[in-house]
Amino acid sequence: MTDAALPLNRTPLDALHRKLGARMVPFAGYDMPLQYGQGIIAEHIHTRTHASLFDVSHMGQAILRGDGAAEALESLVVADLQGMLAGTVRYTLLTNEQGGIIDDLMVIHGGYYLVIVVNAARKEADFAHIVGRIGDRCDIEIWHDRALLALQGPEASKVFSQLAPASRHMLFMTAENFKIGPMICGATRSGYTGEDGFEITVPGEHAGALADLLLEDSRVSMAGLGARDSLRLEAGLCLYGHDIDETTTPVEAGLAWTIGKRRRETGGFPGADIILRQLAEGPPRRRVGIRLEGKVPARAGAEITDKRWTIGTVTSGGYGPSVGGPIAMGYVDADFTEPGTEVEVLVRGKPHPGRVVKMPFVAHRYAKLTP
Amino acid sequence: MAQVRYTQEHEWIRIDADVGTVGITDFAQQQLGDIVFVELPTVGSQVRAGAEAAVVESVKAASEVYAPASGEVVAVNEALAEEPAKVNADATGGGWFFKIRLADPGELEALMEPAAYKDYVAGLS
Repeated sequence: MTDAALPLNRTPLDALHRKLGARMVPFAGYDMPLQYGQGIIAEHIHTRTHASLFDVSHMGQAILRGDGAAEALESLVVADLQGMLAGTVRYTLLTNEQGGIIDDLMVIHGGYYLVIVVNAARKEADFAHIVGRIGDRCDIEIWHDRALLALQGPEASKVFSQLAPASRHMLFMTAENFKIGPMICGATRSGYTGEDGFEITVPGEHAGALADLLLEDSRVSMAGLGARDSLRLEAGLCLYGHDIDETTTPVEAGLAWTIGKRRRETGGFPGADIILRQLAEGPPRRRVGIRLEGKVPARAGAEITDKRWTIGTVTSGGYGPSVGGPIAMGYVDADFTEPGTEVEVLVRGKPHPGRVVKMPFVAHRYAKLTP
Repeated sequence: MAQVRYTQEHEWIRIDADVGTVGITDFAQQQLGDIVFVELPTVGSQVRAGAEAAVVESVKAASEVYAPASGEVVAVNEALAEEPAKVNADATGGGWFFKIRLADPGELEALMEPAAYKDYVAGLS
């Protein structure tokens, strides 16, 4: 039996997607909106210029309670969780004994609890791994019935502060709880688009009401998985299963910045010996961005050459609506990672010239203090 | 008056004497979404009915376009190189892909007439 034969899960916002005429596609076991009426490019540009609402309720959410929660979870990830302040958020990685990445996730420090948000396609594996390894050291409750909404774009803060006035004071990668009408929402100032914005967790029964309140603002439109993918690609952010997986290490993936300072000294996470050795000696390959000349998009799996020999493979690629042309990310041998390096990417057997570029392709615009 | 015939893969071919103009249908462009690149055959090349003749790239993915009939490519729509979105805006007009000189007009009998294609698409949704 194939996955396609299994009934798809629906998010608490399913009725809204259908009302808005979304094109629904199966994704990670869920029936999810790929795009709405305006199409992916329009939704992408709207997110970069105004604000878009994304339903990401398919993602896995869980809360970890108990005095030992941060110390216990730290034994599975590369971040310094014990050094986190209450009200902050960290992006981190679950690693395996080979130094590969089991998943990338967000950890929200709530003071006396941690909330984790993991990828939809990985949630069962992640939760089994986490419960199996540290279930005896803290209380882990998987939130099956909560929605997660992402409000993203340069006007996201103006919109959200109409409902939650204090949210405008939040900085990137911080968390707050808000009461909006009868709803208690947890919001983080974070996202997957490179733009300012919020990710908001809310009980499933309130998701429709919160979405309606946000959509009442004329600056907000819905955006689907298509725009989410093109936005994150331009922002240089990894998609699990494409750009990172159990065979790529944090160092190869360019995610060494997620390894906390104390963790670099003391290790203590799965695969630490391999990861810390790569950190010291350099990895054999690295994830890079590639800007292609011309208009042909290079997709995942396309071969990257130095014009003679294969040097790597594209892991994500497509058309960047804000860049106005084809962009890709992929892994290349360590000798070819310097920005400006000329490469060719094979699309349907034909070489297309491009060069290695620094990511992001489109500058991040997060809510950070500027000096 | 020119006849138009359709394939199950959502290509159209408009026949003028022994030349057929080929494109994708409005249903196809809607399904594909925003089109960002079209790879066309070279003028003078031979295409075979049912074989891949062009590629259309949307934001999401690449899709093959199959030749509705066999023949020699006599023209391609150069305008699509600069403006692939023409396929979204006008799939059955300015968004045409290529023209072929028909090798065997008898092949057209295997294709759908407009009314049959309309029913076919209605049955898909």
